Amino acid sequence: MAMPGMYVSPEQLMQDRADYARKGISRGRSLAAVEHQGGIALVAENASSTLRKVSEIYDRIAFGGVGRYNEFDQLRIAGVRYAELKGYQYSREDVDARSLANQYAQMLGQIFTHEMKPMEVEIVVAEIDSDGAPELYRIQYDGTVADEQHWCCIGGDSEAVLDRLSDGWSQDLDRDAAVRLAVQALAGPDRSISAEELEVAVLAADNGRRCFRRLDDAETESLLSV
Amino acid sequence: MPLYVPGEDPGTDFLNLLRQNGLDPFPTNLPGTIDAGHATTVLALRCAGGVVVAGDRRATAGHLISHRDMQKVFAADEHSAVAIAGAAGPAIQMVRVFQLQLEYYEKIEGKPLTLEGKANQLAEMLRGHLPQAMQGLAVVPIFAGFDQARETGRLFQFDVTGGRYEEQDYATSGSGSLHAGTVVKLGYRSDLSESEALSLAVKALWHAADEDSATGGPDPIRGIYPVLTVITDQGFRQLSDEESGAVFADFREELAEG
Repeated sequence: MAMPGMYVSPEQLMQDRADYARKGISRGRSLAAVEHQGGIALVAENASSTLRKVSEIYDRIAFGGVGRYNEFDQLRIAGVRYAELKGYQYSREDVDARSLANQYAQMLGQIFTHEMKPMEVEIVVAEIDSDGAPELYRIQYDGTVADEQHWCCIGGDSEAVLDRLSDGWSQDLDRDAAVRLAVQALAGPDRSISAEELEVAVLAADNGRRCFRRLDDAETESLLSV
Repeated sequence: MPLYVPGEDPGTDFLNLLRQNGLDPFPTNLPGTIDAGHATTVLALRCAGGVVVAGDRRATAGHLISHRDMQKVFAADEHSAVAIAGAAGPAIQMVRVFQLQLEYYEKIEGKPLTLEGKANQLAEMLRGHLPQAMQGLAVVPIFAGFDQARETGRLFQFDVTGGRYEEQDYATSGSGSLHAGTVVKLGYRSDLSESEALSLAVKALWHAADEDSATGGPDPIRGIYPVLTVITDQGFRQLSDEESGAVFADFREELAEG
């Protein structure tokens, strides 16, 4: 039976969902990932020291999420499960960021078109591959996946942050300089962010099998005060 | 990559996750029994600052030696180790799933299990393994680690049914465990230093290999020595074959002096 008045065009429906998701994401604070010599630094503005935005997925893979915490944490856990199952069934070397990013893209795309409500999240998947080469993938609420070069930013203020990252980035950054660049880019020219307000982690090629390592507030503070 | 609804979520249990995905790591209801030996000597003893875990390298099939460089002591994670005796295939599988479980828990929860929690997890796996043990594929591990909350080394012995027994001084497992256990018992003091504990472990493994045909001794011609590991607040460390060889060389001098 036709239901006059209930019709919404697909274009409108998708537009509404996208607006809804973007609005949710833009309320939150941003996260920046910056490649440097021997690794990738992931820095998020996060007042909580227990509800994490940046986490370890697997030996060489890290995850960053912004937006609605319960949603991106669900994605983080799904990613850990995917990676662990794949590593168990095949080998640890067979787990890579590209396939994980594609899985996330499939999942978010599926939810965006088929569920009542899209996920209000944006995520980044970072990897140091076995040759030490960095890879960065950014996946949006609708499943759009992008292979980013050298740096990337997700979250509310990402346009401005990206400009600052592109101004400051160079090939020879070391870890500390990369973290400082990310913090400055997140803060902008008019404010500064204290170590307590930051969540900092690195994927370091020289950290053994598990490349992921968090920097505590003291480490972050001493690194920023240079 | 599935998202689970709350009632079906496998949570922090890696075994459960495997089973939900059709990957049962410990199949049960196998027809018949297999006589797989459990020839080995592994041991753990507490020392100042932590715990020493050691094991021989021999694997046997009946009266034949099948491997001369088997690893029977494994890092379970950064601050604990598991040493295995029993049927090699299931034992190594159990260690692998145990290692994955500990790391999986740590990543999902954002912090590692306590040492006690890890020991209980291993006991749970042994209970799940009981049907296979009944069919001749028994696994009898030792679990030891540095408890960061209590700031001390701790060690746990198990039986095939999943019984978990914390030991204060030392634990041994495998066919040579009686001999090794006696040597450790006679030489043990509660204030052993790390190097004294390593020397005692070497002495115990040597006597076990001397009496038990299924336990391998030092093999200087090939440069293969029993595995010696130490766990302290600094984490797990396995001695290289050269380092282990040096401890055995000291022991040889001690024997020569009578």
